[in-house]
Amino acid sequence: MNEALKIVVLAKQVPDTRNVGKDAMKADGTVNRAALPAIFNPEDLNALEQALRIKDRYPRSTITILTMGPFRAAEVIREAMFRGADGGVLLTDRKFAGADTLATSYTLACAIQKMNPDLIIAGRQAIDGDTAQVGPQVAEKLGLPQVTYAESIDAIDLQSGEITVRRRLERGIETVVMKLPGVITVNASAPECRPRNAKMVMKYKHARTVSEVQQQQEDYYMALHKERCYLCIPEWGAADVNAEEASLGLNGSPTKVKKIENIVFQTKEAKRLTGTDADIEGLVKELISSHTIG
Amino acid sequence: MNNIFVYCEIEEGKVADVSLELLTKARDLASTLGCRVEALAIGHNLQGIEKQLATYGAEIVHVADGEELAPFRTLPHAAVVCGVFKEEKPQIALFGATCTGRDLAPRVSSALHSGLTADCTSLEIGDHKEAKTGKEYKDLLYQIRPAFGGNIIATIINPDCRPQMATVREGVMKMEPVANPSPAEVKTVDYKKYLGDTDFAVKIVAREMEERKINIKGAPIIVAGGYGMGSKEGFGLLYQLAEVLGAEVGASRAAVDAGFAEHERQIGQTGVTVRPKLYIACGISGQIQHTAGMDGSSMVISINTDPEAPIGKIADYAIVGDVNTVIPKMIKYYKQNSK
Repeated sequence: MNEALKIVVLAKQVPDTRNVGKDAMKADGTVNRAALPAIFNPEDLNALEQALRIKDRYPRSTITILTMGPFRAAEVIREAMFRGADGGVLLTDRKFAGADTLATSYTLACAIQKMNPDLIIAGRQAIDGDTAQVGPQVAEKLGLPQVTYAESIDAIDLQSGEITVRRRLERGIETVVMKLPGVITVNASAPECRPRNAKMVMKYKHARTVSEVQQQQEDYYMALHKERCYLCIPEWGAADVNAEEASLGLNGSPTKVKKIENIVFQTKEAKRLTGTDADIEGLVKELISSHTIG
Repeated sequence: MNNIFVYCEIEEGKVADVSLELLTKARDLASTLGCRVEALAIGHNLQGIEKQLATYGAEIVHVADGEELAPFRTLPHAAVVCGVFKEEKPQIALFGATCTGRDLAPRVSSALHSGLTADCTSLEIGDHKEAKTGKEYKDLLYQIRPAFGGNIIATIINPDCRPQMATVREGVMKMEPVANPSPAEVKTVDYKKYLGDTDFAVKIVAREMEERKINIKGAPIIVAGGYGMGSKEGFGLLYQLAEVLGAEVGASRAAVDAGFAEHERQIGQTGVTVRPKLYIACGISGQIQHTAGMDGSSMVISINTDPEAPIGKIADYAIVGDVNTVIPKMIKYYKQNSK
């Protein structure tokens, strides 16, 4: 394998579910992403760090970020480039909209086939869905082995094409060896991603997708991108990845959202107490006499 | 045909609690649907495993027993599950939302092109009418789960693809043995026909498994802390209270994410579901993701400085106050008043 690995890191721009407002959901039950602050999915950053560590070891390796989303999802590609990734691809097309995990995995797998990597690394799960399904489903679509819940990559043997991975499970640690190519999903317990690198920020701060360049309508960008092609982030649609339309988006999704309910708590008659000595002593005595405690 | 299948996790000859919980739930669904409950046991040295499974309602047990099938590895297990499902055509397939189930089920769902819903907190049977086409569906599996950071509850269905697949966390469903279990019919799976060389692309070279040290699921009293405890040191107060009450310490996801407590202590949709007789929620705001894992508690006491915190709405006693003063007082008055 020539002392280098070709790595694709799957990353997702996610709504920051810790700060959700009332207009977060559309009438059809899908997420109104436009109304929310968008962040780099946390575990995808752990995944990026694992890729960067491989590149530290084998500097001729390449790291390409693959993300699917609206135009603004290019932000995660830029952020990854600031931290050491070589570039990225934005999968964007109206036809991808409303995809469940299976349709998403199909789309990502189509793009990965075109990229032909040795190793695919992703975060275990995204914080907007918490499903952890896309990694294994991408692996299955590509007919590749998978290692989930990875905490570290302990060894790579480029001769035999084998990678040794430590997995964090509920009750312990399992070390496995996987034959490449393959898919690894990385746990939050893995090392945090390194911060931005000032040199990389200088180099890539003008990296833009074609749509972003057009939006800005500045000749400056056009000229710059013509001269420095590494600044151009490719955008791929359904046709670019030879995807079958019936397998994309809402139509390609076996699962449907039947109903969305906002959270309404059934209010019990809570007895309100204060933190005063009298209240606390009264409560503790009550609990003891009812044999709830003691 | 078209029965409910439960993928059963087996470690050292013992069926995991989560699988027995799923069998219990499957019985309930099967009686609504008028179908049978089948279990799929894949591993090694499984003689007699059907007895454990029949006790919880498995009527038919498919056993794939072979050295290469234990410990669990994704690819061989996925190949066997897919092979059996293609032949048996279950209408519903349930997996534990464990490291095993969450690794295996998506792989199977992708191979069978069948929808999968992760971490369901409730499963029901119901009908559906497609708004656009007017097509009606009878007896679908409603896969109900909090979504989107716990800000909404979604009901997911798989109208057209089978099996309808779902994962459920340990402790979410109740585990109840059948009153008078009948012996299960055992079907030996000729599993080798499903396996190819590529199914062995991952080798396990080491396993360091520990006994579970923390058992919050079985604790009668839980003292749980949230982000409002402020720090790992702040959690020290909870351990003091837990010690005098004979309780276990639990934590919200926010507290675990912040590093205040170990992941094993996490209660909620992405952690453990508990039903203690007393749950003391300290500095926990009470988001649905958390309350989904504890709202079956017999009694809830909340301690929070914010009188508007949602936890106050499901609490029996809502103490508005600072945990740092309230908890020491609870310890003091407990010591004074208990014998």
